[in-house]
Amino acid sequence: MNSQTLKSIGWRFFAAAMSLVFVIVTVFAITNVLPGDATDAVLGQGATPQAVAVMRHDLGLDRPVFFRFWFWLWGVLHGDFGHSLLNGLSVADAIGPRLHNSLLLAGASAAVSVPLSLFLGITSAIWKDTVYDRVVSIMTLGMVSVPEFVIATMAVYVFAVRLHLLPALADVGSVHSLRQFLSAFFMPVASLALVTLAQMVRMTRAAMADALSAPYVEMALLKGVGPIRLILVHAIPNAIGPIVNAVALSLSSLLGGVVVIEVVFTYPGISGLMVDAVSSRDVPTVQACALVFCVTYLFLTTFADIVTILSLPRGRKA
Amino acid sequence: MIAMIEKFRSRHDRALLLIVFWLLLALFGPLCSSHDPGAIGSQSVFSAPSVAHLLGTDYLGRDTLARLLNGIRHTVLLCFASTLVSCSVGTFLGIAAVTARPWVEALTGRLADGFLSIPSLLFALLVIAVFGTSTTALIVTMGVIYTPGAYRTSRALAQRIARLDFVTVARARGESTPYIILQEILPNMAGPMITDVGLRFIYSVLLLSNLSFLGIGVQPPKVDLGSMVRENMLGMAYGSPAMIVPVVVIGILTVGINLALDSSSGRR
Repeated sequence: MNSQTLKSIGWRFFAAAMSLVFVIVTVFAITNVLPGDATDAVLGQGATPQAVAVMRHDLGLDRPVFFRFWFWLWGVLHGDFGHSLLNGLSVADAIGPRLHNSLLLAGASAAVSVPLSLFLGITSAIWKDTVYDRVVSIMTLGMVSVPEFVIATMAVYVFAVRLHLLPALADVGSVHSLRQFLSAFFMPVASLALVTLAQMVRMTRAAMADALSAPYVEMALLKGVGPIRLILVHAIPNAIGPIVNAVALSLSSLLGGVVVIEVVFTYPGISGLMVDAVSSRDVPTVQACALVFCVTYLFLTTFADIVTILSLPRGRKA
Repeated sequence: MIAMIEKFRSRHDRALLLIVFWLLLALFGPLCSSHDPGAIGSQSVFSAPSVAHLLGTDYLGRDTLARLLNGIRHTVLLCFASTLVSCSVGTFLGIAAVTARPWVEALTGRLADGFLSIPSLLFALLVIAVFGTSTTALIVTMGVIYTPGAYRTSRALAQRIARLDFVTVARARGESTPYIILQEILPNMAGPMITDVGLRFIYSVLLLSNLSFLGIGVQPPKVDLGSMVRENMLGMAYGSPAMIVPVVVIGILTVGINLALDSSSGRR
């Protein structure tokens, strides 16, 4: 660790902070450029001019945009995301338990897909141009290029409908034993893992193939280094930066996947809440969910970049 | 070098050919079926393929083939329109960033970075929550989402080309900036930009299908491939073609174009 590295990491944190500001402003701006506002949605037919004026005053909508933004931001910073337009309940209370469920699903999928894709990516780079590599390549290209719900519905079709092995819905409420846990979580976790797996395998393979074609690997080979030592000692340490970067970037694609998977399996997570809120145009809930997602995404991409900076020999030395 | 350019050419051509094929299918496909996609033509729902209904019927007893051809029309045309929006706006901004004053590049570059820090599905959900799911809203939303990506590609291409000798020569000849953009830079960007158009087209198909599958994309009575899968989910239990076929068609559409673009897979 030296001043140059610290400087790049500091710069990366600054960029992340700027992105965070951009995201917050964008989320607020998009949801506030509406021709009508919350009063129309809530009052509906009863929107007499007086009622609208009273409600606008109550909600603070008659104040300038800058003040509204400030009050909203102040609330968000204190964990107050406002109240749902649908049922008037606190958005933060609605999100809390669902966020826990979503993190559980995402965490379990990552625990499955990361080791598996590292294994597939590294082995297919080692056995490059073999039948094994071709099969992995074509399978992952196929999985990258279909929408997430296709993988999920195909999984339901095969495991629940054809083979009758597992339930088609994730009944998280009735989990009391390991068996029930496995049967409720297996399908969503497996589908989500498959969705993130493909990208990760492709990027890992590319990074590893790069390292294996480097001159120092050839040199080691000429020196008579055995194949296992060659890969573990000479290739992997040099590929670790790009690989970790690939993993973190793919984990951010977990977010897109999680939205679709939760809906397919009617899993009680935060994205189900968000999709419902979008269909009913419940803006405060959408705002809060979008913020939670964007901040997670920012965190993952920033983490990936910092790992890349730390793993680059150039960044370490110069 | 020439061989490499030739290979590039053919790769673009194959992808372009595929997109033209899907566009033709979208325009003329619905004419090939005598059934009305909205009419309930059969008493039995989720029926198996027969002579009257070549791909069987859906969850209301409507002809699957007619609905499929209509679904392809909406998916392909919507995505193509949004790709046109994102790629033309992106290319315009990308070239502007290279040829106009430095502050243009600084501003557009930061904006693009900002937009790229919001996941695309999330951005779509946010915008649709506010503006609804009209066709125009969907096209504009997807167009805006993929503009930063197209901007980055075209900016990188334009930067490389603007440094080449023939552009310097044209400047020295005293050609105007519009002439240099139209005659020197744009024609040399066309090839790689087609690859970009293909990629953005696939991304939009994936995004639109996901949105429609979630029920916040194309709304009934219109139908696209994603919403066909959504409405016929019950048919999965019977292995109904009404649910399976749209899934397969989405796969063929996206994997096909991807394979045409990614000729390196399996060859390198």
